[in-house]
Order: sequence, then C-alpha cells, then structure tokens
Amino acid sequence: MSRTEFMQGNVACAEGALAAGCRFFGGYPITPSTEIAETMARRLPKAGGVFISMEDELGSIAAVIGAAWTGARAMTATSGPGFSLMMENIGYAAMTETPCVIVNVQRGGPSTGQPTRAAQGDMLQCRFGSHGDYSTIALAPNSVQEMFDLTVKAFNLADRFRVPTFLMADEIIGHMRERITIPDRVEITRPAPLLEGKLPFEAGDDRVPGFAPFGSGRAIHVTGLTHDERGYPDTTDPEAHERLVRRLVAKVESARREIADYEVVNPDAGMVFVTYGAPSRTVQQVIHDHPDEEIGHLRLRAVWPFPEFALDEFPDATVFLMPEMNMGQISREVERHVGQPVVPIPKLGGDLHTPAELLRAMEAYR
Amino acid sequence: MSTTEWRREDRLPHIYCSGCGNGTVINCTLAAVDEMGWKREETVFLSGIGCSSRAPGYINTDSLHTTHGRALAFATGVKLARPDLHVVVFTGDGDLAAIGGNHFIHACRRNLDVTVVCMNNQIYGMTGGQGSPTTPPGAISTTTPYGSSEPAFDLTELAIAAGANYVARWTSYHVKELTKAIVEGLQTPGLAFIEVRTQCPTNYGRSNKMREVSDMIEYLRSHAMLVPKYNRLIAEGKPIPEGTFTVGELIRRNRPAMGVRP
Repeated sequence: MSRTEFMQGNVACAEGALAAGCRFFGGYPITPSTEIAETMARRLPKAGGVFISMEDELGSIAAVIGAAWTGARAMTATSGPGFSLMMENIGYAAMTETPCVIVNVQRGGPSTGQPTRAAQGDMLQCRFGSHGDYSTIALAPNSVQEMFDLTVKAFNLADRFRVPTFLMADEIIGHMRERITIPDRVEITRPAPLLEGKLPFEAGDDRVPGFAPFGSGRAIHVTGLTHDERGYPDTTDPEAHERLVRRLVAKVESARREIADYEVVNPDAGMVFVTYGAPSRTVQQVIHDHPDEEIGHLRLRAVWPFPEFALDEFPDATVFLMPEMNMGQISREVERHVGQPVVPIPKLGGDLHTPAELLRAMEAYR
Repeated sequence: MSTTEWRREDRLPHIYCSGCGNGTVINCTLAAVDEMGWKREETVFLSGIGCSSRAPGYINTDSLHTTHGRALAFATGVKLARPDLHVVVFTGDGDLAAIGGNHFIHACRRNLDVTVVCMNNQIYGMTGGQGSPTTPPGAISTTTPYGSSEPAFDLTELAIAAGANYVARWTSYHVKELTKAIVEGLQTPGLAFIEVRTQCPTNYGRSNKMREVSDMIEYLRSHAMLVPKYNRLIAEGKPIPEGTFTVGELIRRNRPAMGVRP
C-alpha cells in the first residue's frame, strides 16, 4: 500500500534514498541540505545501514565512493561550498566508474553566498566541475514528490551507467512542504555484474563495464590514474588515455535518449519556456492563469546529458524563454542546439521568478 | 612463509627507484598479513597518492588507489559498509601529514579498525624531492634549497593524541621488528598506526650527504633508539644525540573502536 503524506522536500529525498536501498550516507552539515543528513542519521541505523558525519565534504564523498565499492548504494548531500570541495573526488568517481549519488540543494553563490536562499548556480559545475573530460547525469526535481522519485531514479542511473549521478535540487524545493505519495516499493536496477572471463574495466556495446564489488574475489585494482581494461595504470600511452576518456564520455552521451526525462506542454506553441527545477513552477502558474494563450513549456527532469532532441518537440517555436535562478547557465546549452532566439531570464537573490516577471519577458516577443 | 600469492606479478617491473625502502615495507606488510592467515578475497588495500601509495597496485587483492590525502576517508566508507573486510592503508608523509592531516586525525579519533602503514621518507618523492611536513630542520630539498626552516611533524605523537589504539615506529632497516609491529597492528581492534622511516636515496639522500643507499640505511640504524632506552636516558637526565628518533611500540590501548569485524 502506498501512503500519502505531507512532507518536506529534503525529507522526501532521504525517504527516496531509503526506498531505493541506500545503506550508506556520508555527509557534513550544510544549509540548506542538512535535513537530508538528519533524516538519514535517524533512519539509516534502523534500516541496517550506516550514517557517518565526516570531517569535511572531501571526506564525505570519499567515504561514499569507498562504500560504493563494497556494493552498497551510497549517497551524500550538500550545497554550494561543500559541492565545490567534492569536485576532485567526483572526477575520481567518474574515472573509476563508481556508482554513487550526490545531492546538491543549491543555494546562492559564489563562495558562502546566501546559505538560506535558493539558486541554480551549480548546473555547469555538476557537469564540468572536476578537471579533465568526463560526463555525468544530473536530475532536477521541481516538487517534493520528485525529490523522492528522482532520488530513486538517480540511484538506478548511477548503477546502470556506473557514473556519479547528481540530484540538483535547490533551497525552495528542498524546504518546501507538499503532499507526496510514497509507493510501498520502487523499481530498482543494480549494476550489471562483472562476468567471468571479462576484465574489470572491459566494456561491451553499451560501454559500461560489469561491476564486481570488493570482497567478491576478483582482486580488482581501482585507480584514478589512466588505466587499461585490467584496471592497471597506463599513464603514458596516448591511445590508452584517449580510449578510456572517450568511453567515459560516450557511455553517458550516447545514452541521452535512454536517460532523457522531460515534460512537454503545448508543443504547437511559438513561444516556449524551457525550465528545470523550481522556476518551472512559475511557468506552470502562468500557463494555468492564461488558458487561452498557447504557451509552450519544456520542463527537463534530466538536465545532463542534455537532451537536445527534446527541443524538436516544438516545431513551431519562434523563441525559447529560459527562466533560471542563475545568469543563464543552461540557456547557453540550448543556444547551441537551436536557430531561434534563446532568451535567458536570470533571477538572482533567492526569490523565485514571479508570474508577472515572466509575462513581461513574454511581452517583448509577442 | 611465502607472500608470492599476495603479489600481482603481472604488474612488474615496479616504479620504485633502485635502493628505495618502500619494497621492504610492502614485503613486511605482506608477511604480516600472511602470518595473520587472512584470505586475499577478504582483504582490501587502500592508498592515496605518492610513491608509498603505489603499493596496493602490486598486491593481488581488491585495492583502491585514491586521491591525494584521502585514503583514510575512502577507507572509512569501505570499512563501515563492510566491517567483515580487513582493511590496510598505505600512505606516506606528504599524503598523510600534509594534505591528508584532517582525515588522519579523525580516523584516529574514531579508532576506525584499519591498519595504517606510513612510509615516511621525509620528502615528496614522486614529484622529485620537495620538502614535506616531516622534512627535518636544515635538510635540503628542491623547495628548501637553503635548508628547511620548519619543525618536522612527529606523526606518532599526533596519532596517540588523536586516539589511535596502537602506535609504533620502526624503519626499513628493522625488518623483523617492523613485521612484528604490523602483525600487532593488524591484531589490534581500532586504528593501528605504524610509521616506517624509509630511505629515499634518489630524492633525499642525494641532497643530504647520503649518496649511497647504505649511507641512508646506516643513518636509520644508528639514529633509531629503542623506546625503553630513550626513556631511561631522559629519566637519568642524560643528553639525547641529535637526530635520534624512537623506535618500538609507542602506545597500545583498548579504546572503543569503529568498524570492527563482527
């Protein structure tokens, strides 16, 4: 039996993680994500899992990656400054193909910025923040329900593609309270096992190697150095490096259609909003308030890898309007893919766009 | 006793310079692990970055070669998620005392049930001989060309103060004693820290009037003083020769530990 509750977004995220079988949480307190850690601290020990408050965020993500290599579903949650501290080890997780989930309840930055106010300023950081070339998956919830649903989904994608997967929430969604329906069970996809006769970093057609967690007798060497299919360092052969990095990028990018998750409203519209996360709520309000106007809305639940084909769902689009709680981070990505004008509607400071602000932006293009 | 089955022979040749002390420390560690009767599939070696941290790559178990300074934080995840696994961490003075200092303190405080073997060669070897937090005052390195002007860190004192259950120091000269100390460490619930003073003839000895490997080994032998003798000299008010460091068991206690095998 599913149950319906009134719940805070951050708590729903923790509940989603528990439902998905997360049994390890390493974290460090930081506003506005702390309720996730607090919920995990209360709930995990009773679920047979481990909660640990690490000494810093570098340690949090490190512990999560260590736990993931034992086969546990593992997660951390943080916000801007902590997210920045995690970047080196996020690259390590990408390089070592470690399935793990990182929740970022975004707040205003740069630096310490606005700890208690919402932002979407880390959308490029979650894709490009660590050094070198790699690819990641990022999901963006816009409701308390999606804090639950997309956390479950993040674990499945992390396991399916063996890649660090981000839940890019924000302070508004994290601290909002809404009605939520929690199913009694959720769909769980675990990593494909490492088959006998296969090397630990040898991938098939889907470019994702089989996974053999520590303790399974395969004596696997895991290193952040450029490595061959055995996992052994091979740091000077240009071809070995190119082959590895191209595979790490391609295993995610070539699966864009499989990973894509978006909502299309009014596909015949000329004026189209493209959103993800909290600003989509204002667009939904505008559409609700103006039923006679044809206003298109593409809402991305998965932002990375970017589903550029989703823009083709609006064949008559004349303009793409992009309310984001940043200076236009994803609007640049949209611009790369379309010929029509792309208009960023940046909103900084922590308040959500108001319907009036979006209507004003629309006026200019009517 | 044979440690052959613990080695990844297909990784040879190794990257260590001729005369390096790290191979000795790996051998002693494998001898200790073998003496414990541990199974390879139940043992995990971890490390950070640096010469010392290449060690797990040569050992035929699951091994996690992590980021600079963070091995103990990764080990926290491995050990807490799977307390039934045996976990050994290789690290070096730069990895542990500089960039990884915070994780070291907190792993000791938690008394995480892992054994930490620190190859302290008093220099950043992998990057070509820069001064580290354990480079002694006056020593020449590429970043202390006029002699180091900073005091050196005593990592054993740090481990004791932070709460580790077992702390010992030996050198790459004291092979039998070192192996025995590692066995003690592996047996002790909680964090066991074994500092091993090792020679780095290539990047330390060459700049500090110890050009030959044997010069460095002789230095380690002649400057190591057993803990009881050191304590006796102190009690008698007698002078301690310059450059002396203590070797032997420095603490053994039974504080509550975390991640102990069920």
